[in-house]
Amino acid sequence: MKTYILRRLLAMAPTLFFASLIVFVSMRIIPGDVIDLMLAQNDVSTSLDREALEAAMGLDQPMATQYLRWAGDALRGDLGQSLWRSTPVAEQIMDRLPVTFELGLLALVVALSVAVPIGILSATRQDSALDYTARSFSLLMLAIPGFWLGTLVMVFPSVWWRWAPALEYTPFLADPIANLSHLIVPAILLGLSMSAITMRMTRTMMLEVMRQDYVRTARAKGLSERAVVVQHALKNGLIPVVTLIGLQAPLLIGGTVVMEQIFVIPGMGQLLLDGVYERDYPVISGVFLVVGVAILLINLLVDLSYGWLDPKVRYG
Amino acid sequence: MTTVGAIPADALPGRDQPRWWRFTVRLFRTKPLGAAGAVLFLIFLLSGVFAGVLAPYGINETDLTHRLEPPSRQFLLGTDHLGRDLFSRVLMGARLSMIVGFCAAGLATVVSIVIGLLSGYLGGWFDLLTQRLVDAWMTFPDLVLLIVIVSVVGPGITQIVIILGLLYGIAGSRIVRGAVTSVREHVYTHAAQSIGAGTFHILRRHILPNVMPVVIVLFTTRVGAVILSEAALSFLGLGVPPPAPTWGGMLSGDGRTYLYLGPWLALAPGVCLTVVVYSANIFGDALRDLLDPRMRGT
Repeated sequence: MKTYILRRLLAMAPTLFFASLIVFVSMRIIPGDVIDLMLAQNDVSTSLDREALEAAMGLDQPMATQYLRWAGDALRGDLGQSLWRSTPVAEQIMDRLPVTFELGLLALVVALSVAVPIGILSATRQDSALDYTARSFSLLMLAIPGFWLGTLVMVFPSVWWRWAPALEYTPFLADPIANLSHLIVPAILLGLSMSAITMRMTRTMMLEVMRQDYVRTARAKGLSERAVVVQHALKNGLIPVVTLIGLQAPLLIGGTVVMEQIFVIPGMGQLLLDGVYERDYPVISGVFLVVGVAILLINLLVDLSYGWLDPKVRYG
Repeated sequence: MTTVGAIPADALPGRDQPRWWRFTVRLFRTKPLGAAGAVLFLIFLLSGVFAGVLAPYGINETDLTHRLEPPSRQFLLGTDHLGRDLFSRVLMGARLSMIVGFCAAGLATVVSIVIGLLSGYLGGWFDLLTQRLVDAWMTFPDLVLLIVIVSVVGPGITQIVIILGLLYGIAGSRIVRGAVTSVREHVYTHAAQSIGAGTFHILRRHILPNVMPVVIVLFTTRVGAVILSEAALSFLGLGVPPPAPTWGGMLSGDGRTYLYLGPWLALAPGVCLTVVVYSANIFGDALRDLLDPRMRGT
């Protein structure tokens, strides 16, 4: 098990290397140099300032040296300084990461508690009215843009009933109730759109498992339908669904960007968008890299959970 | 007198009709939902094409005496805060969405074909290197990748088409590659190799035609995804810049504060987006079931 985790962590290295290369190169081919932007902002455009700034930021070094320095710093947790604020990027990210993590986790809980039961019901009552309703609903959820749903939730309750979702962020530890009442609406919206694929997958997998011999055996033993579904079918049917959660992690993080923007949540998504609007490239590349690492780690956790769900899987 | 053994041409129903027509009939008979999707999508496509003729007002024609008016006979979907007719703008939005959808999905398909064919057919170190790069690329959430690239190249319709094309093209190359690796091992490919056919010839004449069903399905399913991504980007102010009437852009920026005074403004763009993407998805699903049985149920 330990060697497996170690090997998987090592396997992340090439992916991370290429990812960091993508980040580095794209940040260096920016039209309109960062330096120009900074000088224009500060209104001091003499050539002396320019050279001094370039030297200070290490931009006068060869590309390869620049990359090695940047990557070395990144490995040590130093993602550079924000261009406009004097706080380190890593510090800003650490402030925002828990917020996005909480939103994502809440959305995941919503998605699973909607998708798994409905997926199971849909499979055990194949081709019933409930099955058709659930499938149409999931197809619809795949097509509805999250930002539109978020906008509707903001606009219509306030027009009809003078009620609007809370928009003031409070840290969870300061006031859990206020925190949850702010995050729950975006989490539900995000969870519902995520539940679409999970529901389809749960249904397909349950249908497949329900046709297996061991399920027939369980029925032949005289077990109740409930015991057959819960004890025999469910655990086997859910394994591919767990993979799907790993595959959906990017979708979830993408969704948080939109929801954080609509519901004014100070998470990673807002940090990224503010970075883009202000052209704060160290912030953009920092967020980008952290998101990549997070997704790789989520997928590792998902793979490890197989062993718990499926004793047939052995790590060697 | 009839010849023994030969089947008369009129014995097989529809043999004399062109292939696309027979396929359409089959689609309508076996996949009514998918066919409905195709029809719906076609309606939006045509209203995008003929937006210039159908729109009763100019898209940026402001009329300050008719600001924020609810839907009426004069303004079918109402007017926005500058007195612009929403119906005309939504029609033009359909044109923009369709342009982005078709161009970006087309570009994506070409990129997927090139990478998928080369990586799948050549194999070896080229395949290994390419696939690791694709892995790294696919690690990132679409939207985050899009936002970061737009931050580098700036917003605009051409940039959006190219970025979306590359993004979905690289991700989709996996699917083409998978199909190529199986076609590569077929006897006819080995036969072509053994008579000394060149790599390009084999790829064009033997591999490509046999992965075409996968490619067509890939294109169809990408159209919806691309339209949705463009809308999300325009919503975040990073897509096609205003005053272009994009469906995503209509819900953001200056207009957003006025949604509370004119809630009807929030409905039409979102409904159009949902219907277009929904119809593209169910049509794509039906096409996949008909063309590519291996991908069924995925």
